[in-house]
Amino acid sequence: MGGYILKRLVSAIPVLLGITVIVFLIMALIPGDPATAILGSYATPENVAKLNADLGLDKPLVQQYFIWLGNMLTGDFGTSFALNRPVLDEVMERFGATLILAGTAFVLCSLLGVAAGVVSAANQYGAADKAITFTVLLGISIPSFFLGMMMILIFSVQLRWFPVSGMWPIYGARDVWALLDHLILPASALAVVATGVIARLSRSAMLEVLRQDFIRTARAKGVRERGVIWRHALRAAMVSIIPVLGIQAGFVLSGAVYIEIVFQWPGIGRMLVDAILKRDILLVQGGVVVVAACYVMFNIAVDVGQALLDPRIKT
Amino acid sequence: MKFLTLLARNRLALGGGVVMALVVLLALVTPILPLADPDVTDTARRFLPPFSEGALLGTDHLGRDLLSRLLWGTRLSLAVGFAAAISAATIGAAIGIVAGYFGGWLDNVVMRGVDMLMAFPYILLALAIVAALGPGLMNALIAVAAVNVPFFARNIRGITVGLAHREFVDAARLSGLSDTRIILSEVLPNVVPVIVIAMSTTVGWMILETAGLSFLGLGSQPPQADLGSMLGEARAALISHPHTSIVPGAMILIVVMSINLLGDGVRDALDPRLKSGALSRPRAATLVERKGPVPASEGRGLLEVQDLRTEFHVGPRTYRAVGGVSLHVEQGECLGIIGESGSGKSVTALSVMGLVASPPGVITGGAVRVEGEDMIGTPYRRLRDLRGRKVAYIFQDPLATLHPLYRVGDQLVEAIRAHRPIGRAEGRAKAIELLEAVRIPNAAKRISDYPHELSGGMRQRIGIAMALANDPDVIIADEPTTALDVTVQAQILSLLDDLRRSRGLAIVFITHDFGVVAQLCDRVAVMYAGRIVEEGPTASILETPCHPYTARLMACVPELGEGRRRLEAIPGLPPAVDKLPPGCAFADRCAKARAECRQGEIALSRAGPRAVRCLYPETPVMEAAQ
Ligand code: SF4
Repeated sequence: MGGYILKRLVSAIPVLLGITVIVFLIMALIPGDPATAILGSYATPENVAKLNADLGLDKPLVQQYFIWLGNMLTGDFGTSFALNRPVLDEVMERFGATLILAGTAFVLCSLLGVAAGVVSAANQYGAADKAITFTVLLGISIPSFFLGMMMILIFSVQLRWFPVSGMWPIYGARDVWALLDHLILPASALAVVATGVIARLSRSAMLEVLRQDFIRTARAKGVRERGVIWRHALRAAMVSIIPVLGIQAGFVLSGAVYIEIVFQWPGIGRMLVDAILKRDILLVQGGVVVVAACYVMFNIAVDVGQALLDPRIKT
Repeated sequence: MKFLTLLARNRLALGGGVVMALVVLLALVTPILPLADPDVTDTARRFLPPFSEGALLGTDHLGRDLLSRLLWGTRLSLAVGFAAAISAATIGAAIGIVAGYFGGWLDNVVMRGVDMLMAFPYILLALAIVAALGPGLMNALIAVAAVNVPFFARNIRGITVGLAHREFVDAARLSGLSDTRIILSEVLPNVVPVIVIAMSTTVGWMILETAGLSFLGLGSQPPQADLGSMLGEARAALISHPHTSIVPGAMILIVVMSINLLGDGVRDALDPRLKSGALSRPRAATLVERKGPVPASEGRGLLEVQDLRTEFHVGPRTYRAVGGVSLHVEQGECLGIIGESGSGKSVTALSVMGLVASPPGVITGGAVRVEGEDMIGTPYRRLRDLRGRKVAYIFQDPLATLHPLYRVGDQLVEAIRAHRPIGRAEGRAKAIELLEAVRIPNAAKRISDYPHELSGGMRQRIGIAMALANDPDVIIADEPTTALDVTVQAQILSLLDDLRRSRGLAIVFITHDFGVVAQLCDRVAVMYAGRIVEEGPTASILETPCHPYTARLMACVPELGEGRRRLEAIPGLPPAVDKLPPGCAFADRCAKARAECRQGEIALSRAGPRAVRCLYPETPVMEAAQ
């Protein structure tokens, strides 16, 4: 298993490099004088000169890339001109908040989605199946930002169950309970879409497995139907559900951008949107690279989980 | 045309299609409708509620007419969403076709790039593109299209790779057509349905995404507004004037939902594998719809099957897989059921414990008695209790029939635990004991193996051990040796024979191989087209077969073990069990057939231990019985 993990980590290196190349190339697309464009409204002569020196913007493209990459590898992502603060510090702080939000949503949608899919498959064409199928359809059709706004209207404004926005109370203790209180609404809003997708795919994965011969064997042994569904079928279906969870993690992370805006959550998505609107390009670059790298690592973890779950995978 | 009728049959898709058509129509006629100018501000009329005079849906924070803005916004959102979907599909399909068709290093480079792009959470890529190009509706469109290109490229490439090596493409190549011509005339028509499916399932998503970017302020810029930016602007007044948010939000929901409904319908209609009903899950026990009266017990044998009828209901067709089969087996006896594939022998066996997949299987008549108790009418709980405890099964392919992800020891313990609680240590001891009983060497180690780590013969021994786990009275073995090679087959047969003698098991042995029957079975029943055509003691039948079919079966019997030769040696095919001819089902293949054979039901005539269903038997049954 150790060897397998190592192998996957090594195979991630070209992907990570590829990500930096793509981000770099996109930024190179910027028309006009790059330093002025990157700095946007912060393009004072001093700043332009500083950035040109930092990134070697007068040098050939390939050389620029390696300078930029080398800087990042030593932890120097440059300075945000809008915030006047090292990019890495800002990114790390914001990314932490996003991880809390997206992580909670991911756990929620994985549990609920798989459970709904299993129940739906086990009662195919029954009332529960139809109800779940319809809810799933609603879930994948509603824009998460609209859903978030409606949740604020209903649960915060009308019912007053949860605070309207933010991550912490303005006054009072910053403890787990305060965090949970602020987290429940945005995390649920964020989880809805992915729950729908996961439920759909879990349902079809389960239906696929339930037709297999080993399910008949379990029934022939006299295993109770609950055991057939949750122990035999789900265990086998997980092999195809896990990769879906990996993909959905990317969608949850993406959806977090909207939810952070709606709920004023101080995460990296909101930071990126602000940075784009202020044309704070270095901050965008840094944020994108860090989040993408973490996502790649997360997917390796998913692969390893998959290998642990399926003894047939050669490790 | 067929596609359209299929689509129309799906009511949800039809509903989605109608709503979608209405929205598109509204968007198209918006410029000629008598609407207020969507961009004229009137601060005196800010935040009018819906149904106000002169403003059906009210006004927004600048006093602009919401209805007008909604329709213009919808128009814009639809245009941008569809434009993004079409560009992504076109560019992605082009990349996918080129990579898949030419293959080689080009394919490699392109697919690496695609993998790279897909390693991003899509929004990061979209944000990076918008960051580089600057906010604006056109740039948002480019970003959304760009992040979806890899998805299309990968899908289409997969299909193209499959096509590029097909005969018709090779033929076109040999006839000297240029690559461009081949792609346009041979490849493209075949990938179009895939492109359509991919588009129909992603266009809703792309409308959502462009609306999302606008919502973030990165898409359409004021005063121009699509649905997303309307929602974004309304957010500030969410709490005080929620209607300004609800109006555009609900519209996005309606649009995307109807597209998704329609998209699902398109996918189902174009992709036959996903058509509804194709993926029905089998129920816990076979459906029972007995029409006639339940036959009274005749008290024969440990297991008694009486006039069993099992059908498969597939759409409008009914396949009579088992058409009135009666059997019985005594303690310590081995009964063989022999027949070609499709003769109904396996379905008969599976019907005993309600294991025929349902849908489509339905038991429509007869009874199955275990110690006199009818299994067909018994409630599921009782049936489950008897499965594995009274009657156990051994199946054909042990790789498919063992759970691939559990250790074999755990699967054995589970079989026991289904019927009585058993502790860890005791379970382990019992599992080892069972493996030793089926002569698996090194049992203590083998229990922690996974099925894929064992050889075929070992796996089948596990299957047998699992059947023995609860000391059943009857074992039903459904072609347990067919998937194995000759020497292993002989070992498994002698193992079963020993177990039967030492444990007094009743065995029902399903096979297509007379050699196996000769070695193992006391009695044999020959099945053809869902019915028993001959029955009797093995030795007697082997000596003087009565039914022409039995005689033919025996004539092409291979030596024991060379089961590969199967029964195809008989000319002709068994009749399809959904249109059985009147009279003898074997008539079309029978050399002795006469007109009377096709006229009516032919009864099973008995004499002593022998029985045959034939008007002109090879040997008269009375004679054979002596
Ligand atoms: S009944 Fe007639 S057709 Fe059928 S097997 Fe006998 S002889 Fe042949």
